[in-house]
Amino acid sequence: MRASIKRAGRRPLFLIGLVITLLLVGVAVLSLVWTPFPPAKMNIIHKLKPPLSFGLLGTDHFGRDVASLLMAGAWNSLSTSFLAVALGASVGTLAGVVTAMRRGWLELVVMRGCDIIFAVPPILSAMMLAAFIGGGRFTAIIAIGVFMVPVFARLTVSAALQVWTRDYVTAAIGIGQSKLRITWNHVLPNISSQIIVQVTIQLGLAILTEAGLSFLGLGLAPPAPSWGRMLAEAQTFLGQAPWLALLPGLAIALAVLGLNMLGDGLRDILDPRDQG
Amino acid sequence: MISILTRRTISLVVTLLIVSLLIFTVMDLLPGDPAAIMLGTSASPDTLAALQHSLGLDRPLPIRYLAWLAGVAQGDLGQSYTYGVPVAGLIAERLTVTLPLALMAVVLSVAVAVPLGVQAARRHNGPFDAVAGVFSYISIAVPAFWVGLLLIIAFSTMLGWLPAGGFPGWDAGLWQGLKALLLPAIALALPQAGVLTRIARAAVLDVMNEDFVRTARAKGLSEEAAVWRHAVPNALIPVVTMLGLQFTFLIAGAVLVENVFNLPGLGRLAFQALSQRDVIVMQDVVLFFSALVIVMNFLVDLAYLAIDPRLRAGAQ
Repeated sequence: MRASIKRAGRRPLFLIGLVITLLLVGVAVLSLVWTPFPPAKMNIIHKLKPPLSFGLLGTDHFGRDVASLLMAGAWNSLSTSFLAVALGASVGTLAGVVTAMRRGWLELVVMRGCDIIFAVPPILSAMMLAAFIGGGRFTAIIAIGVFMVPVFARLTVSAALQVWTRDYVTAAIGIGQSKLRITWNHVLPNISSQIIVQVTIQLGLAILTEAGLSFLGLGLAPPAPSWGRMLAEAQTFLGQAPWLALLPGLAIALAVLGLNMLGDGLRDILDPRDQG
Repeated sequence: MISILTRRTISLVVTLLIVSLLIFTVMDLLPGDPAAIMLGTSASPDTLAALQHSLGLDRPLPIRYLAWLAGVAQGDLGQSYTYGVPVAGLIAERLTVTLPLALMAVVLSVAVAVPLGVQAARRHNGPFDAVAGVFSYISIAVPAFWVGLLLIIAFSTMLGWLPAGGFPGWDAGLWQGLKALLLPAIALALPQAGVLTRIARAAVLDVMNEDFVRTARAKGLSEEAAVWRHAVPNALIPVVTMLGLQFTFLIAGAVLVENVFNLPGLGRLAFQALSQRDVIVMQDVVLFFSALVIVMNFLVDLAYLAIDPRLRAGAQ
């Protein structure tokens, strides 16, 4: 553990990623208690003001404060993505460890199932779901989360199968421990770092996908602010107010960049074998 | 080899069948009756029943699925409720936009990523490597549809060089068509280029230490020649694999980018079908995209088997 912390200090990638991610989470949480203006408050007289002329980052076509919208958008985007990844990671990991424990026909079924789910891009499954239950946060979470199940299931199966071949597992089988107990005591702790790394990287992907869904109007319903919908609305005013299209995109890119760097940094730190 | 091929093919067909059944069932659960939507609210119950019968909507689900499947197998994807034309023709028409767009994006991303990745590997840990690393980090993080918006601002609104959206059709001439697809293709290519640069760099680094590259250099081949004749071709295998695996994301990107640029492609068709409740069009487009992804993964699998004899032995 101490060695890991020491290694972390020497990894600029990890540190930059951590700082960006913490900053983002901080802004998102802060938006729950404070934003410069109420994000949904319209002020038509001051519409389409450029940054610094009205509020820090200007106003949109309804005269809403862009900085406040971005802050509230951070919470919505992060929380939706987090729930989606939590869904995918928990179902996928459960399916993965059970598959590695039982193998046989279950492995065949789970792996085929993964292929099948993976074949429908989340944008399309979200469209199918949206046609069914309408757009919204729930649709986005299910569409993104379901798509992530195979990612975690495949990762867990291959990682867990490796653990099952280790000597200490053979020893545990030898002294008569049940498969369930071995999974809990040996398999899960040994694959947890790989899962944590994957969660971080998939969070970035989830933010990108959520932004895409909101851009198409399939994400969070208005008036709740979302980065993707801010971009969709900005498209009408590209000539008049190009900065409106700049800021939400920057926010998305920064969030994904931070999470990806954090994930790669974590991988370096938690898995010393990979260090080159 | 033949037996693996047969097994993989059977599994491909089974996967395709299950996906089609899933898509059909989900779409069937949709609230709203297509016949009622086509006729509007003023239709009499008799007319409605007659239309439902002629569309086959009054038959049970398994029969309808089999009928749909039999149609799909013969290239008959059904009739669009809103356009009133065969869906197969609609998809073929929209493909003339989506296919060139995707192809342009793939060519662009490979053309950027391979030289960049190769040079980064050759100057491993140097400043060029660092710049390439930053490029790939950033391009993976930016949403393709946002890049599209930025390109519109720069090249259409400010410079006025390229159209901000829309597609004139290939009848307007090859150049006009390509011009309309250039910005969307760049937007779509950028995230792919970031991923591929990483893969190409890692692959070349791996291969450069292999014996055959060392032998080539020992024979007196220049560093340059050794890299491009021996290291790069071998490093291309993972790049091609990644292209296959990234296919899902290319499709997802295309759906968004087509909507940003108002291109009449398949992605836009799916989105329009959603807002018009044109169930059969959605069903067919989603099936078409999913089948593409499945077949792509199948081809990647086969390519692996063809390249790596160890996998052939392992699969026995």
